[in-house]
Amino acid sequence: MIARVSVENLSVGRGERVLFQGLSFALAAGEAVALIGANGAGKTSLLRAVAGFVRPLAGQVRFEGADGEREPDEARAQGLHLLGHHDGLKPGRTAWEELRFQSLWAGGTEQSARAAVEKMQLKPLLDLEIRKLSAGQRRRVSLARLAAAPRPLWLLDEPLAPLDAERRVRMGELMAAHLTGGGMILAAVHDPLPVPARAVEIGAAVA
Amino acid sequence: MKSLWTLYRRELDLAWGRGGGPLLACAFYACVATLLPLAAGPSPERLAAVAPGSAWLALALASLLSLERLFERDYEDGALDLLTLGPAAIEAVAFVKCLAQWTANGLPLAVFAPLAAVALGAPVEVAPLTLACALIGGLGFAFVGGTGAALALGARRGGVLVAVVVLPLFAPPVIFGAGTIEAFAAGLNWTPGFAFLTAYSLAAVALTPLAMGAAVRNALS
Repeated sequence: MIARVSVENLSVGRGERVLFQGLSFALAAGEAVALIGANGAGKTSLLRAVAGFVRPLAGQVRFEGADGEREPDEARAQGLHLLGHHDGLKPGRTAWEELRFQSLWAGGTEQSARAAVEKMQLKPLLDLEIRKLSAGQRRRVSLARLAAAPRPLWLLDEPLAPLDAERRVRMGELMAAHLTGGGMILAAVHDPLPVPARAVEIGAAVA
Repeated sequence: MKSLWTLYRRELDLAWGRGGGPLLACAFYACVATLLPLAAGPSPERLAAVAPGSAWLALALASLLSLERLFERDYEDGALDLLTLGPAAIEAVAFVKCLAQWTANGLPLAVFAPLAAVALGAPVEVAPLTLACALIGGLGFAFVGGTGAALALGARRGGVLVAVVVLPLFAPPVIFGAGTIEAFAAGLNWTPGFAFLTAYSLAAVALTPLAMGAAVRNALS
């Protein structure tokens, strides 16, 4: 289990363009960090770099467990949820089929998936095909995976954007419970997170 | 193991749910096999001579049809990220995806292959061997084709690229598969060709997941 993530002197680019340079911050168990910055500043790229999908130009991301440093690939495979704009939900399958698969694949169980359905109030949507869901409903299905499969590090890309006020409150409760349990949240946001979070600004130098 | 089984079931579900993809591949196969007599002339002797070869060519082309999107769709919609951050190595994921591809597309096509060969004028006795060859060759097509699909990830005009990368690699199974059936029909020893075909497919099953894993990792980073 990951107990600490350190981003050290990280530089990330897209193509020829450098998005940000020399970014350093750390995230310990029970902490949340809100990544803020303009559109295109590199918030999503930073999340993907932490998840290991973007190779940094310089610097590194380190993962530590309670008993010392962890191999990044190993820490990532079982230790984090990445939830971005592309949620991997298949249009032709039902919400329940997809939630069940994503939860099992991420290390959850059928029971924990059912519990997540309750928590995210998804019951009325379960038999609907993904293609028939609204953006907000679809986001709730993908967020339910966080509750269904316990993993310490959540990397969230604008998790609340399509949600209505009531669901934002629910999501706030879910995040608070995760942090209380020793989890970590790194979220790219434009609105404030519903839990106490440190703000890290990205790409301030890039206009 | 259990999660890989879940993935296999999901892949099958997606293959069949995708507007009947496998049926479409079979229909394509039937169309190619029907066009051949129109192109080569309908005389039974001429058709019988080229029947096994053309049945195999059509099989290779039909196998290509659904391969293009094997990884591309998951790459575009973020599912590949999710699969990478799972309990199994990406090589195992690639293996399961190709196996499901074979089950969903290779099996129906293999059942179709003897029908096409006999319809083109090959003797009925070759039907069982044609089925066996198509089953085993189809396994090779799925795994080698999957490698092409993984290599073409993120490329523009990926579909054409897959065909260009993969079709030359389909040469051995086409040669050995058609050769085996021709040898059998001519009363010659067909086992060496069959053994080579099997060896090709098994080697593809064993080795290509490594290549697919590397290609997928490269595409994601």
